[in-house]
Amino acid sequence: MKTPIYFDYSATTPVDPRVAEKICSCLTADGVFGNPASRSHQFGWDADAAVEQARKDVAALVNADPREIVWTSGATESDNLAIKGVAHFYQKKGKHIITCKTEHKAVLDSCRQLEREGFEVTYLTPEPNGLIDLDKLKAAFREDTILVSIMHVNNEIGVIQDIKAIGELTREHKIIFHVDAAQSAGKTPIDLQDMKVDLMSFSAHKIYGPKGIGALYVRRKPRIRLEAQMHGGGHERGMRSGTLATHQIVGMGEAFRLAKEEMVADNERIRMLRDRLLAGVKDIEEVYINGDMDHRVPHNLNISFNFVEGESLIMALKDLAVSSGSACTSSSLEPSYVLRALGRNDELAHSSLRFSIGRFTTEEEIDFAIEKIRANIDKLRDLSPLWEMFKDGIDLNSIKWAAH
Amino acid sequence: MAYSDKVIDHYENPRNVGNMDKDDSKVGTGMVGAPACGDVMRLQIKVNDEGVIEDAKFKTYGCGSAIASSSLLTEWVKGKSLEEASQIKNSEIAEELELPPVKIHCSVLAEDAIKAAINDYKGKQG
Repeated sequence: MKTPIYFDYSATTPVDPRVAEKICSCLTADGVFGNPASRSHQFGWDADAAVEQARKDVAALVNADPREIVWTSGATESDNLAIKGVAHFYQKKGKHIITCKTEHKAVLDSCRQLEREGFEVTYLTPEPNGLIDLDKLKAAFREDTILVSIMHVNNEIGVIQDIKAIGELTREHKIIFHVDAAQSAGKTPIDLQDMKVDLMSFSAHKIYGPKGIGALYVRRKPRIRLEAQMHGGGHERGMRSGTLATHQIVGMGEAFRLAKEEMVADNERIRMLRDRLLAGVKDIEEVYINGDMDHRVPHNLNISFNFVEGESLIMALKDLAVSSGSACTSSSLEPSYVLRALGRNDELAHSSLRFSIGRFTTEEEIDFAIEKIRANIDKLRDLSPLWEMFKDGIDLNSIKWAAH
Repeated sequence: MAYSDKVIDHYENPRNVGNMDKDDSKVGTGMVGAPACGDVMRLQIKVNDEGVIEDAKFKTYGCGSAIASSSLLTEWVKGKSLEEASQIKNSEIAEELELPPVKIHCSVLAEDAIKAAINDYKGKQG
Protein backbone atom coordinates (compact mmCIF):
# COMPACT_ATOMS: atom_id res chain seq x y z
CA MET A 1 0.00 0.00 0.00
CA LYS A 2 1.38 3.38 -1.05
CA THR A 3 0.96 6.45 1.17
CA PRO A 4 -0.39 9.07 1.20
CA ILE A 5 -3.71 7.44 0.38
CA TYR A 6 -6.08 9.42 -1.78
CA PHE A 7 -9.40 10.23 -0.07
CA ASP A 8 -10.22 13.38 -1.99
CA TYR A 9 -12.13 12.09 -5.03
CA SER A 10 -14.62 14.96 -4.69
CA ALA A 11 -11.80 17.41 -5.35
CA THR A 12 -10.69 15.57 -8.44
CA THR A 13 -10.10 12.03 -9.67
CA PRO A 14 -7.19 10.43 -11.46
CA VAL A 15 -7.89 9.87 -15.15
CA ASP A 16 -8.95 6.28 -15.77
CA PRO A 17 -6.21 4.52 -17.80
CA ARG A 18 -8.79 3.65 -20.46
CA VAL A 19 -9.65 7.34 -20.74
CA ALA A 20 -5.99 8.35 -20.88
CA GLU A 21 -5.46 5.99 -23.79
CA LYS A 22 -8.28 7.62 -25.73
CA ILE A 23 -6.92 11.08 -25.01
CA CYS A 24 -3.49 10.12 -26.26
CA SER A 25 -4.99 8.98 -29.55
CA CYS A 26 -6.04 12.57 -30.30
CA LEU A 27 -2.76 14.41 -29.90
CA THR A 28 0.04 13.46 -32.26
CA ALA A 29 0.45 13.48 -36.03
CA ASP A 30 -0.64 9.86 -36.35
CA GLY A 31 -3.72 10.50 -34.21
CA VAL A 32 -6.96 12.47 -34.48
CA PHE A 33 -5.35 15.89 -34.05
CA GLY A 34 -7.40 17.89 -36.57
CA ASN A 35 -9.59 20.88 -35.87
CA PRO A 36 -13.18 19.65 -35.66
CA ALA A 37 -14.26 22.90 -37.31
CA SER A 38 -12.20 22.19 -40.44
CA ARG A 39 -14.83 21.17 -42.97
CA SER A 40 -12.53 20.80 -45.97
CA HIS A 41 -10.44 17.71 -45.24
CA GLN A 42 -10.25 14.30 -43.60
CA PHE A 43 -8.36 15.53 -40.50
CA GLY A 44 -11.19 17.88 -39.61
CA TRP A 45 -13.85 15.28 -40.42
CA ASP A 46 -12.19 12.69 -38.20
CA ALA A 47 -11.91 15.12 -35.29
CA ASP A 48 -15.53 16.19 -35.77
CA ALA A 49 -16.64 12.55 -35.71
CA ALA A 50 -14.70 11.96 -32.47
CA VAL A 51 -16.22 15.04 -30.85
CA GLU A 52 -19.74 14.06 -31.92
CA GLN A 53 -19.30 10.53 -30.57
CA ALA A 54 -18.22 12.04 -27.24
CA ARG A 55 -21.25 14.31 -27.31
CA LYS A 56 -23.46 11.23 -27.70
CA ASP A 57 -21.69 9.48 -24.81
CA VAL A 58 -22.11 12.45 -22.49
CA ALA A 59 -25.77 12.86 -23.50
CA ALA A 60 -26.41 9.13 -23.02
CA LEU A 61 -25.36 9.14 -19.36
CA VAL A 62 -28.03 11.73 -18.56
CA ASN A 63 -30.62 10.66 -21.15
CA ALA A 64 -30.42 13.87 -23.17
CA ASP A 65 -30.26 14.66 -26.88
CA PRO A 66 -26.63 15.14 -28.02
CA ARG A 67 -27.69 18.45 -29.58
CA GLU A 68 -28.39 19.71 -26.06
CA ILE A 69 -24.75 19.38 -24.99
CA VAL A 70 -22.45 22.44 -25.20
CA TRP A 71 -18.74 21.94 -24.50
CA THR A 72 -17.12 24.26 -21.97
CA SER A 73 -13.86 24.36 -20.03
CA GLY A 74 -15.45 22.84 -16.92
CA ALA A 75 -18.32 23.11 -14.50
CA THR A 76 -17.28 26.58 -13.35
CA GLU A 77 -17.62 27.90 -16.88
CA SER A 78 -20.87 25.99 -17.34
CA ASP A 79 -22.30 27.56 -14.18
CA ASN A 80 -21.21 31.03 -15.33
CA LEU A 81 -22.64 30.52 -18.80
CA ALA A 82 -25.94 29.15 -17.50
CA ILE A 83 -26.56 31.76 -14.82
CA LYS A 84 -25.22 34.88 -16.50
CA GLY A 85 -26.37 33.69 -19.91
CA VAL A 86 -29.97 33.22 -18.76
CA ALA A 87 -30.00 36.38 -16.65
CA HIS A 88 -28.76 38.51 -19.51
CA PHE A 89 -31.09 36.96 -22.08
CA TYR A 90 -34.25 37.01 -19.98
CA GLN A 91 -33.71 40.19 -17.94
CA LYS A 92 -36.66 41.91 -19.62
CA LYS A 93 -38.89 39.23 -18.05
CA GLY A 94 -37.54 39.78 -14.57
CA LYS A 95 -34.44 40.26 -12.49
CA HIS A 96 -34.92 37.85 -9.59
CA ILE A 97 -32.87 34.68 -9.08
CA ILE A 98 -33.11 32.01 -6.38
CA THR A 99 -30.22 29.84 -5.23
CA CYS A 100 -29.01 28.23 -2.00
CA LYS A 101 -26.32 29.19 0.52
CA THR A 102 -24.57 25.84 0.14
CA GLU A 103 -24.01 26.10 -3.62
CA HIS A 104 -20.55 25.96 -5.13
CA LYS A 105 -18.70 29.27 -5.36
CA ALA A 106 -19.03 29.20 -9.15
CA VAL A 107 -22.79 29.61 -8.68
CA LEU A 108 -22.65 31.97 -5.68
CA ASP A 109 -20.06 34.27 -7.23
CA SER A 110 -21.91 34.36 -10.57
CA CYS A 111 -24.99 35.45 -8.60
CA ARG A 112 -22.95 38.07 -6.73
CA GLN A 113 -21.82 39.47 -10.05
CA LEU A 114 -25.42 39.68 -11.23
CA GLU A 115 -26.34 41.51 -8.02
CA ARG A 116 -23.73 44.11 -8.93
CA GLU A 117 -25.48 44.40 -12.31
CA GLY A 118 -28.82 45.11 -10.64
CA PHE A 119 -30.33 41.63 -10.26
CA GLU A 120 -31.86 40.50 -6.99
CA VAL A 121 -30.84 37.13 -5.55
CA THR A 122 -32.52 35.09 -2.80
CA TYR A 123 -30.14 32.72 -1.01
CA LEU A 124 -32.15 29.89 0.57
CA THR A 125 -30.99 28.39 3.86
CA PRO A 126 -31.06 24.58 3.72
CA GLU A 127 -32.44 22.43 6.52
CA PRO A 128 -29.91 21.18 9.12
CA ASN A 129 -29.51 17.96 7.07
CA GLY A 130 -28.43 19.99 4.03
CA LEU A 131 -31.62 19.48 2.02
CA ILE A 132 -33.87 22.23 0.72
CA ASP A 133 -37.42 22.47 2.02
CA LEU A 134 -39.56 22.70 -1.12
CA ASP A 135 -42.16 24.83 0.63
CA LYS A 136 -39.49 27.39 1.44
CA LEU A 137 -38.37 27.34 -2.17
CA LYS A 138 -41.92 27.84 -3.38
CA ALA A 139 -42.41 30.68 -0.92
CA ALA A 140 -39.40 32.44 -2.46
CA PHE A 141 -40.93 32.43 -5.98
CA ARG A 142 -41.89 35.90 -7.23
CA GLU A 143 -43.54 37.27 -10.36
CA ASP A 144 -40.16 38.42 -11.60
CA THR A 145 -38.22 35.24 -10.77
CA ILE A 146 -36.47 34.07 -13.94
CA LEU A 147 -34.03 31.46 -12.65
CA VAL A 148 -33.57 28.90 -9.89
CA SER A 149 -30.09 27.39 -9.53
CA ILE A 150 -29.74 24.42 -7.18
CA MET A 151 -26.93 21.87 -7.19
CA HIS A 152 -27.73 18.19 -7.49
CA VAL A 153 -25.07 16.82 -5.09
CA ASN A 154 -23.23 19.01 -2.63
CA ASN A 155 -19.46 18.94 -2.95
CA GLU A 156 -18.75 19.07 0.78
CA ILE A 157 -21.44 16.92 2.34
CA GLY A 158 -22.59 14.81 -0.61
CA VAL A 159 -26.32 15.28 -0.03
CA ILE A 160 -28.64 14.80 -3.04
CA GLN A 161 -31.31 17.44 -3.60
CA ASP A 162 -34.70 16.39 -4.97
CA ILE A 163 -34.08 17.81 -8.42
CA LYS A 164 -37.09 16.10 -9.95
CA ALA A 165 -39.47 17.71 -7.45
CA ILE A 166 -37.86 21.12 -7.81
CA GLY A 167 -38.16 20.82 -11.59
CA GLU A 168 -41.89 20.21 -11.32
CA LEU A 169 -42.27 23.41 -9.30
CA THR A 170 -40.14 25.61 -11.52
CA ARG A 171 -41.76 24.35 -14.73
CA GLU A 172 -45.20 24.97 -13.30
CA HIS A 173 -44.18 28.56 -12.53
CA LYS A 174 -42.36 29.00 -15.88
CA ILE A 175 -39.07 29.62 -14.11
CA ILE A 176 -35.84 28.38 -15.70
CA PHE A 177 -34.07 25.72 -13.63
CA HIS A 178 -30.29 25.29 -13.63
CA VAL A 179 -28.58 22.39 -11.84
CA ASP A 180 -24.89 22.10 -11.07
CA ALA A 181 -24.29 18.37 -11.53
CA ALA A 182 -20.49 18.40 -11.25
CA GLN A 183 -20.65 16.12 -8.21
CA SER A 184 -23.56 13.94 -9.30
CA ALA A 185 -22.96 12.80 -12.88
CA GLY A 186 -21.77 9.23 -12.76
CA LYS A 187 -22.57 8.97 -9.05
CA THR A 188 -26.35 9.07 -8.99
CA PRO A 189 -28.83 8.49 -11.84
CA ILE A 190 -29.81 11.50 -13.96
CA ASP A 191 -32.65 11.28 -16.46
CA LEU A 192 -33.26 14.55 -18.24
CA GLN A 193 -36.34 13.18 -20.02
CA ASP A 194 -37.85 12.70 -16.60
CA MET A 195 -36.38 15.64 -14.66
CA LYS A 196 -37.64 19.05 -15.73
CA VAL A 197 -34.21 20.62 -15.65
CA ASP A 198 -33.46 23.32 -18.22
CA LEU A 199 -29.71 23.69 -17.79
CA MET A 200 -27.21 21.32 -16.21
CA SER A 201 -23.47 21.76 -15.62
CA PHE A 202 -21.02 18.87 -15.95
CA SER A 203 -17.34 18.37 -15.29
CA ALA A 204 -15.09 15.59 -16.62
CA HIS A 205 -12.43 15.48 -13.93
CA LYS A 206 -14.78 14.47 -11.13
CA ILE A 207 -15.50 11.18 -12.89
CA TYR A 208 -12.09 9.99 -14.09
CA GLY A 209 -11.87 12.29 -17.10
CA PRO A 210 -9.35 15.07 -17.72
CA LYS A 211 -9.35 18.52 -16.12
CA GLY A 212 -10.16 21.55 -18.24
CA ILE A 213 -13.26 20.17 -19.93
CA GLY A 214 -16.93 20.26 -19.04
CA ALA A 215 -20.30 20.68 -20.61
CA LEU A 216 -23.55 22.54 -20.24
CA TYR A 217 -26.82 20.83 -21.05
CA VAL A 218 -29.21 23.33 -22.66
CA ARG A 219 -32.75 22.05 -23.10
CA ARG A 220 -34.30 22.21 -26.58
CA LYS A 221 -37.94 21.53 -25.65
CA PRO A 222 -38.99 23.94 -24.25
CA ARG A 223 -36.12 25.83 -25.79
CA ILE A 224 -33.80 27.68 -23.46
CA ARG A 225 -31.91 30.70 -24.80
CA LEU A 226 -28.62 32.04 -23.50
CA GLU A 227 -26.52 35.08 -24.09
CA ALA A 228 -23.02 33.85 -24.92
CA GLN A 229 -20.27 34.79 -22.49
CA MET A 230 -17.45 33.88 -24.88
CA HIS A 231 -17.60 35.39 -28.35
CA GLY A 232 -15.66 34.30 -31.40
CA GLY A 233 -16.09 31.79 -34.19
CA GLY A 234 -19.65 30.86 -33.31
CA HIS A 235 -18.81 27.32 -32.17
CA GLU A 236 -21.38 25.30 -30.23
CA ARG A 237 -24.26 27.03 -32.01
CA GLY A 238 -22.99 30.42 -30.92
CA MET A 239 -23.29 29.61 -27.24
CA ARG A 240 -19.59 29.07 -26.62
CA SER A 241 -16.95 30.04 -29.14
CA GLY A 242 -13.44 28.63 -29.19
CA THR A 243 -11.73 25.76 -30.99
CA LEU A 244 -12.93 22.49 -29.54
CA ALA A 245 -10.28 20.63 -27.54
CA THR A 246 -10.69 17.25 -29.27
CA HIS A 247 -8.49 15.25 -26.88
CA GLN A 248 -10.22 16.56 -23.77
CA ILE A 249 -13.68 16.17 -25.25
CA VAL A 250 -12.89 12.60 -26.27
CA GLY A 251 -11.61 11.98 -22.74
CA MET A 252 -14.79 13.36 -21.22
CA GLY A 253 -16.90 11.26 -23.58
CA GLU A 254 -15.06 8.08 -22.67
CA ALA A 255 -15.28 8.91 -18.94
CA PHE A 256 -19.04 9.38 -19.23
CA ARG A 257 -19.41 6.21 -21.32
CA LEU A 258 -17.54 4.20 -18.66
CA ALA A 259 -19.61 5.83 -15.92
CA LYS A 260 -22.81 4.70 -17.61
CA GLU A 261 -21.50 1.15 -17.86
CA GLU A 262 -19.96 0.90 -14.41
CA MET A 263 -21.89 3.25 -12.15
CA VAL A 264 -24.08 0.63 -10.53
CA ALA A 265 -21.24 -1.75 -9.72
CA ASP A 266 -18.90 1.10 -8.72
CA ASN A 267 -21.48 2.57 -6.38
CA GLU A 268 -22.17 -0.70 -4.67
CA ARG A 269 -18.50 -1.22 -3.91
CA ILE A 270 -17.97 2.40 -2.87
CA ARG A 271 -20.98 2.31 -0.56
CA MET A 272 -19.57 -0.80 1.12
CA LEU A 273 -16.24 1.01 1.66
CA ARG A 274 -17.90 4.17 2.96
CA ASP A 275 -20.02 2.18 5.39
CA ARG A 276 -16.90 0.35 6.56
CA LEU A 277 -15.18 3.67 7.21
CA LEU A 278 -18.20 5.01 9.04
CA ALA A 279 -18.52 1.86 11.15
CA GLY A 280 -14.85 2.19 12.08
CA VAL A 281 -15.15 5.69 13.50
CA LYS A 282 -18.72 6.27 14.59
CA ASP A 283 -18.26 4.88 18.10
CA ILE A 284 -15.61 7.52 18.89
CA GLU A 285 -17.08 9.96 21.40
CA GLU A 286 -18.40 13.30 20.14
CA VAL A 287 -18.41 12.44 16.45
CA TYR A 288 -20.99 14.11 14.21
CA ILE A 289 -21.93 13.25 10.64
CA ASN A 290 -22.60 16.34 8.53
CA GLY A 291 -25.43 16.08 6.03
CA ASP A 292 -28.28 13.66 5.54
CA MET A 293 -27.17 10.00 5.41
CA ASP A 294 -30.14 8.73 3.36
CA HIS A 295 -30.14 11.29 0.57
CA ARG A 296 -26.44 11.14 -0.06
CA VAL A 297 -24.00 9.80 -2.63
CA PRO A 298 -22.04 6.80 -1.32
CA HIS A 299 -18.72 8.49 -2.12
CA ASN A 300 -18.87 11.08 0.61
CA LEU A 301 -18.39 11.04 4.36
CA ASN A 302 -18.14 14.38 6.14
CA ILE A 303 -17.49 14.07 9.85
CA SER A 304 -16.84 16.52 12.67
CA PHE A 305 -14.62 15.35 15.51
CA ASN A 306 -15.63 17.71 18.26
CA PHE A 307 -12.83 19.45 20.24
CA VAL A 308 -10.22 18.65 17.60
CA GLU A 309 -9.30 21.36 15.14
CA GLY A 310 -9.54 20.27 11.50
CA GLU A 311 -6.23 21.53 10.22
CA SER A 312 -4.23 19.91 13.01
CA LEU A 313 -6.09 16.69 12.33
CA ILE A 314 -5.18 16.88 8.66
CA MET A 315 -1.57 17.41 9.70
CA ALA A 316 -1.77 14.35 11.94
CA LEU A 317 -3.36 12.35 9.15
CA LYS A 318 -0.54 13.12 6.77
CA ASP A 319 -0.77 9.63 5.30
CA LEU A 320 -4.35 10.35 4.24
CA ALA A 321 -5.15 12.91 1.55
CA VAL A 322 -8.39 14.38 2.90
CA SER A 323 -9.86 17.84 2.90
CA SER A 324 -10.98 19.97 5.79
CA GLY A 325 -14.34 21.63 6.06
CA SER A 326 -12.44 24.36 7.76
CA ALA A 327 -10.76 26.54 5.20
CA CYS A 328 -7.76 27.17 7.43
CA THR A 329 -5.51 25.59 4.84
CA SER A 330 -6.37 28.39 2.44
CA SER A 331 -5.62 32.00 3.23
CA SER A 332 -9.03 32.49 4.83
CA LEU A 333 -9.47 31.35 8.41
CA GLU A 334 -13.22 31.02 8.13
CA PRO A 335 -14.83 27.65 8.78
CA SER A 336 -16.77 25.99 5.98
CA TYR A 337 -19.66 28.16 4.78
CA VAL A 338 -21.56 25.01 3.88
CA LEU A 339 -21.45 23.63 7.43
CA ARG A 340 -22.27 27.07 8.84
CA ALA A 341 -25.34 27.21 6.57
CA LEU A 342 -26.51 23.91 8.09
CA GLY A 343 -26.43 25.64 11.47
CA ARG A 344 -23.37 23.78 12.71
CA ASN A 345 -21.57 25.82 15.34
CA ASP A 346 -18.09 27.13 14.65
CA GLU A 347 -16.38 24.45 16.72
CA LEU A 348 -17.97 21.64 14.75
CA ALA A 349 -17.42 23.44 11.47
CA HIS A 350 -13.75 23.88 12.39
CA SER A 351 -13.49 20.20 13.32
CA SER A 352 -14.73 18.60 10.14
CA LEU A 353 -13.06 16.36 7.61
CA ARG A 354 -14.35 15.28 4.22
CA PHE A 355 -13.46 11.80 3.08
CA SER A 356 -14.35 11.10 -0.52
CA ILE A 357 -13.99 7.61 -1.89
CA GLY A 358 -13.69 6.50 -5.49
CA ARG A 359 -13.07 3.86 -8.11
CA PHE A 360 -9.55 3.04 -6.94
CA THR A 361 -10.07 3.00 -3.16
CA THR A 362 -9.44 -0.38 -1.50
CA GLU A 363 -10.62 -2.05 1.68
CA GLU A 364 -7.06 -2.14 2.97
CA GLU A 365 -6.84 1.64 2.56
CA ILE A 366 -10.07 2.13 4.50
CA ASP A 367 -8.82 -0.02 7.39
CA PHE A 368 -5.54 1.88 7.47
CA ALA A 369 -7.48 5.16 7.58
CA ILE A 370 -9.63 4.01 10.49
CA GLU A 371 -6.57 3.05 12.51
CA LYS A 372 -4.88 6.41 11.82
CA ILE A 373 -8.00 8.41 12.64
CA ARG A 374 -8.61 6.66 15.95
CA ALA A 375 -5.02 7.04 17.14
CA ASN A 376 -4.76 10.69 16.20
CA ILE A 377 -8.12 11.75 17.59
CA ASP A 378 -6.95 10.41 20.93
CA LYS A 379 -3.62 12.18 20.64
CA LEU A 380 -5.11 15.54 19.70
CA ARG A 381 -7.80 15.36 22.35
CA ASP A 382 -5.10 14.80 24.96
CA LEU A 383 -3.69 18.12 23.74
CA SER A 384 -7.03 19.93 23.64
CA PRO A 385 -8.07 22.18 26.54
CA LEU A 386 -11.63 22.07 25.17
CA TRP A 387 -11.75 18.29 25.43
CA GLU A 388 -10.48 18.48 29.01
CA MET A 389 -13.16 21.03 29.88
CA PHE A 390 -15.82 18.92 28.20
CA LYS A 391 -14.67 15.90 30.21
CA ASP A 392 -14.81 18.00 33.39
CA GLY A 393 -18.42 18.79 32.58
CA ILE A 394 -17.85 22.46 31.77
CA ASP A 395 -20.30 23.95 29.28
CA LEU A 396 -18.11 25.68 26.70
CA ASN A 397 -20.94 28.04 25.84
CA SER A 398 -20.89 29.34 29.41
CA ILE A 399 -17.39 30.72 28.95
CA LYS A 400 -16.83 34.23 27.70
CA TRP A 401 -14.25 33.75 24.97
CA ALA A 402 -12.12 36.58 23.70
CA ALA A 403 -12.74 36.39 19.96
CA HIS A 404 -9.72 37.47 17.98
CA MET B 1 0.62 24.25 3.32
CA ALA B 2 4.19 23.27 3.97
CA TYR B 3 5.23 23.44 7.61
CA SER B 4 8.79 24.02 8.76
CA ASP B 5 10.65 21.11 10.34
CA LYS B 6 10.50 22.91 13.69
CA VAL B 7 6.72 23.17 13.60
CA ILE B 8 6.45 19.51 12.69
CA ASP B 9 8.85 18.54 15.49
CA HIS B 10 6.87 20.46 18.13
CA TYR B 11 3.61 19.20 16.70
CA GLU B 12 4.66 15.56 16.69
CA ASN B 13 6.52 15.73 20.01
CA PRO B 14 4.83 18.49 21.96
CA ARG B 15 6.75 19.55 25.09
CA ASN B 16 5.15 20.09 28.49
CA VAL B 17 1.61 19.05 27.70
CA GLY B 18 -0.62 18.96 30.74
CA ASN B 19 -2.24 20.96 33.47
CA MET B 20 -1.61 22.30 36.94
CA ASP B 21 -3.96 23.16 39.77
CA LYS B 22 -5.32 26.52 38.71
CA ASP B 23 -6.28 27.33 42.30
CA ASP B 24 -2.69 26.96 43.54
CA SER B 25 -1.40 30.43 44.50
CA LYS B 26 1.93 29.67 42.81
CA VAL B 27 0.25 28.86 39.49
CA GLY B 28 -0.74 31.41 36.86
CA THR B 29 -3.18 30.36 34.12
CA GLY B 30 -3.72 32.11 30.82
CA MET B 31 -6.41 30.95 28.42
CA VAL B 32 -6.71 32.86 25.18
CA GLY B 33 -8.44 32.45 21.84
CA ALA B 34 -11.94 31.16 21.11
CA PRO B 35 -13.32 27.90 19.75
CA ALA B 36 -15.20 29.87 17.11
CA CYS B 37 -11.92 31.17 15.74
CA GLY B 38 -10.40 27.71 15.59
CA ASP B 39 -7.82 28.10 18.32
CA VAL B 40 -7.74 28.10 22.11
CA MET B 41 -4.49 28.07 24.05
CA ARG B 42 -4.14 27.38 27.76
CA LEU B 43 -0.77 28.12 29.27
CA GLN B 44 0.08 27.58 32.92
CA ILE B 45 3.19 28.62 34.78
CA LYS B 46 4.43 27.72 38.25
CA VAL B 47 6.43 30.48 39.89
CA ASN B 48 8.85 29.93 42.80
CA ASP B 49 9.57 32.28 45.70
CA GLU B 50 12.32 34.03 43.73
CA GLY B 51 9.83 35.01 41.04
CA VAL B 52 11.29 32.51 38.56
CA ILE B 53 9.09 30.29 36.39
CA GLU B 54 10.09 26.79 37.37
CA ASP B 55 7.54 24.86 35.36
CA ALA B 56 5.14 25.44 32.49
CA LYS B 57 2.36 23.36 30.93
CA PHE B 58 0.04 23.87 27.99
CA LYS B 59 -2.89 22.48 26.11
CA THR B 60 -3.94 23.85 22.74
CA TYR B 61 -6.88 23.37 20.42
CA GLY B 62 -5.80 24.69 17.07
CA CYS B 63 -3.75 24.15 13.96
CA GLY B 64 -0.22 22.73 13.95
CA SER B 65 1.32 26.18 14.16
CA ALA B 66 -0.74 27.05 17.23
CA ILE B 67 0.29 23.83 18.94
CA ALA B 68 3.94 24.39 18.03
CA SER B 69 3.87 28.03 19.20
CA SER B 70 2.57 27.09 22.62
CA SER B 71 4.89 24.09 22.95
CA LEU B 72 7.90 26.27 22.12
CA LEU B 73 6.72 28.93 24.55
CA THR B 74 6.66 26.48 27.47
CA GLU B 75 10.29 25.62 26.73
CA TRP B 76 11.29 29.26 26.56
CA VAL B 77 9.63 30.51 29.74
CA LYS B 78 11.02 27.83 32.03
CA GLY B 79 13.83 29.29 34.15
CA LYS B 80 12.94 32.86 33.18
CA SER B 81 11.85 35.52 35.65
CA LEU B 82 8.36 36.93 35.20
CA GLU B 83 9.91 40.12 33.89
CA GLU B 84 11.96 38.23 31.28
CA ALA B 85 9.03 36.04 30.27
CA SER B 86 6.79 39.05 29.74
CA GLN B 87 9.33 40.38 27.24
CA ILE B 88 8.88 37.46 24.83
CA LYS B 89 7.61 38.82 21.53
CA ASN B 90 5.41 37.01 19.03
CA SER B 91 7.91 37.91 16.31
CA GLU B 92 10.57 35.82 18.06
CA ILE B 93 8.26 32.81 18.13
CA ALA B 94 7.25 33.32 14.52
CA GLU B 95 10.88 33.60 13.49
CA GLU B 96 12.00 30.53 15.42
CA LEU B 97 9.20 28.41 13.93
CA GLU B 98 9.44 30.01 10.48
CA LEU B 99 5.68 30.66 10.47
CA PRO B 100 4.17 31.85 7.18
CA PRO B 101 2.27 35.19 7.27
CA VAL B 102 -1.14 33.46 7.49
CA LYS B 103 0.00 31.77 10.72
CA ILE B 104 1.45 34.80 12.51
CA HIS B 105 -1.72 35.03 14.59
CA CYS B 106 -0.69 31.74 16.27
CA SER B 107 2.44 33.39 17.65
CA VAL B 108 0.40 36.44 18.71
CA LEU B 109 -1.87 34.11 20.62
CA ALA B 110 1.13 32.54 22.36
CA GLU B 111 2.38 35.98 23.43
CA ASP B 112 -1.10 36.79 24.73
CA ALA B 113 -1.14 33.50 26.63
CA ILE B 114 2.06 34.14 28.59
CA LYS B 115 0.96 37.70 29.37
CA ALA B 116 -2.40 36.39 30.60
CA ALA B 117 -0.73 33.71 32.74
CA ILE B 118 1.59 36.26 34.34
CA ASN B 119 -1.33 38.60 35.05
CA ASP B 120 -3.28 35.76 36.59
CA TYR B 121 -0.34 34.88 38.84
CA LYS B 122 0.23 38.49 39.87
CA GLY B 123 -3.46 38.92 40.63
CA LYS B 124 -3.25 36.01 43.06
CA GLN B 125 -0.35 37.55 45.00
CA GLY B 126 -2.64 40.38 46.18
